[in-house]
Amino acid sequence: MLYNAFRLALHEIRRNVMRSSLTILGVVIGVAAVITMVNIGSGATVQVTEQIASLGTNLLIVTPGQRMGMGQRAPAPAFDVDDAEAIAREVSSVAGVAPSSSRLVTAVFGNENWSTSVVGTDNRFLEVGNWSLEAGREFTESERRAGSAVCILGATVRRELFGNQDPLGSKIRLEKLACQVIGILQSKGQSTMGTDRDDLVLVPLRTFQRRLAGNQDVRLIQVSIDKGSSTEVAEEEIKRLMRKRRHISPAEDDDFSVMDLKEITRMLTGTTQVLTALLGAVAAVSLLVGGIGIMNIMLVSVTERTREIGTRLAIGALEREVLTQFLVEAVVLSSFGGVFGVLLALIASVVASKALRVPFVFNPGIAIVGFLFSVGVGVVFGYFPARKAARMDPIEALRHE
Amino acid sequence: MRGDQHTKPALVELAGVTKVYGTGGAATHALRGIDLRIEEGDFVAVMGASGSGKSTCLNILGCLDTPTSGSYLFRGVEVGRLTRNQRALLRRHYFGFVFQGYNLLSRTSALENVELPLVYRGIPAMERRRLARRALAAVGLEQHEKHSPAELSGGEQQRVAIARALVTEPQVLLADEPTGNLDTARSVEIMELITSFNRDRGITVVMVTHETEMAAYADWVASFVDGRVESIARHDEVA
Ligand SMILES: Nc1ncnc2c1ncn2[C@@H]1O[C@H](COP(=O)(O)OP(=O)(O)OP(=O)(O)O)[C@@H](O)[C@H]1O
Ligand SMILES: [Mg+2]
Repeated sequence: MLYNAFRLALHEIRRNVMRSSLTILGVVIGVAAVITMVNIGSGATVQVTEQIASLGTNLLIVTPGQRMGMGQRAPAPAFDVDDAEAIAREVSSVAGVAPSSSRLVTAVFGNENWSTSVVGTDNRFLEVGNWSLEAGREFTESERRAGSAVCILGATVRRELFGNQDPLGSKIRLEKLACQVIGILQSKGQSTMGTDRDDLVLVPLRTFQRRLAGNQDVRLIQVSIDKGSSTEVAEEEIKRLMRKRRHISPAEDDDFSVMDLKEITRMLTGTTQVLTALLGAVAAVSLLVGGIGIMNIMLVSVTERTREIGTRLAIGALEREVLTQFLVEAVVLSSFGGVFGVLLALIASVVASKALRVPFVFNPGIAIVGFLFSVGVGVVFGYFPARKAARMDPIEALRHE
Repeated sequence: MRGDQHTKPALVELAGVTKVYGTGGAATHALRGIDLRIEEGDFVAVMGASGSGKSTCLNILGCLDTPTSGSYLFRGVEVGRLTRNQRALLRRHYFGFVFQGYNLLSRTSALENVELPLVYRGIPAMERRRLARRALAAVGLEQHEKHSPAELSGGEQQRVAIARALVTEPQVLLADEPTGNLDTARSVEIMELITSFNRDRGITVVMVTHETEMAAYADWVASFVDGRVESIARHDEVA
């Protein structure tokens, strides 16, 4: 019986190729939209995770002041180099500590100038942040200690100031400081939040403090934790240490904060997942519209074929059999839509991931879910027309013009 | 009259059957009280003027329609009390229909049209094909099995409809003017076919016709006038 219904459905669909194609278009687009949205969303999640990983896993960021909601900070004294050294010395499972301070400065070379972030730090910054050099060298120990006028350029600054020229050995001006380029960083590209991570210039911390800041402040301490060690424990230890060093009484809150990058990862992937679900839901609405299209055409088809239905009923078809016939037809139609939808989604995902610069991810699970959804749409929206056909009075159906 | 003999169990028994279409002033009284008794194996011709209720009566006999009032017993079962599906099963297993308007499935080949009742009887595809071919051959259409109704003449369509009604070898053949569109030679052939089914396989036949020559093949004739059976007579007694 089901086999017969299936054959009849294919027969009927082939008879009206044009109409059938237009009918399933809604489902095709709906299924494709759902799958593409979810794929792009998964791609974005992968991207976030990868970028955080490229920052260095198990990274804690210690900054003075407490967050007070949106970006505001209560004023608090800065750290100094000794704070960083104390963390390196006293906190267990620390792999590396990189103190730094930074400021926005206009860098000038010849006629070119470029506003960038100048970061005063040392070689540990490279290690903790997973940076590698594309050319040149790191700071030497004597440069670090002396606070020499040398710098390492981020890929963006290098491009903006030097174009195709080789910058190594040239001198650039950072306000009053003229410093020699000794190295170039490997590019890291955009961050999750869309900022350019290559837009920076590194100088020795002491150079920054003396020549650019005019103080001994350290504004940020990056702490990397041994792989496999608990960041929570390290975080607690850092907090205890800093409270002691900054003489905070037990009644007072911290006047500094320790951020765990993993936590930020979780937060960000959480956000992209919510976004993905939302986009998927919007796309699902278009699938619903596709379903209504199928219902519409099935109703037309039932009316057109009233005499056929009458004949079948007169010859002894049961209500159930007529119902099955039309339901199968609707389901076959919408499944075709589902199949084409999955194919379209495959293409759309490739194109969209290229356009949005998100890694291409094709989730077979969601493709299957999308297809099953199209089958479901056929059942739900095919049921009403099919029931209408099954409930016809054979005599009246036969008299239908 | 055969109706009074009561020797064999009645296959069909209509008592005071009426059929009213519509309500109030627009109501049409298609049947105004039909009493009819048909025994198993009978060959009955139904005659009467256009609009006298012949097709309506046939629909009720075939369990396609139910009486507005009165009783229809098919093999002792009150058809009016059956559910839709039960009546569908009766049609499927006991009746073969030749509709006045043929009612072939359009855009469907003659062969597939003839196979249709076998599909609902659950006959396997191979067997279906064989039986349908044989039935088409019996009405002289073996050359046309691939043709759809639109590619057949009126008479050919009528013969496909006859093949479809006979393919299941039903207990009861209900034929509404089965030779209405055929020339004399074809009519005679079809009547011979129906008669052979009636005589050799004991199939009960109820046939509506306007032609006395065709009615002559029947055992007896019921004449309808204005929704009533005016007379029941052996065919040779019909004027
Ligand atoms: N579904 C219906 N709705 C309304 N009136 C109907 C319906 N079916 C039949 N009638 C009416 O019932 C009457 C009897 O119709 P029926 O089809 O039984 O006549 P008939 O004897 O078969 O005529 P013919 O020889 O022309 O086929 C006619 O007046 C017809 O108009
Ligand atoms: Mg009629």
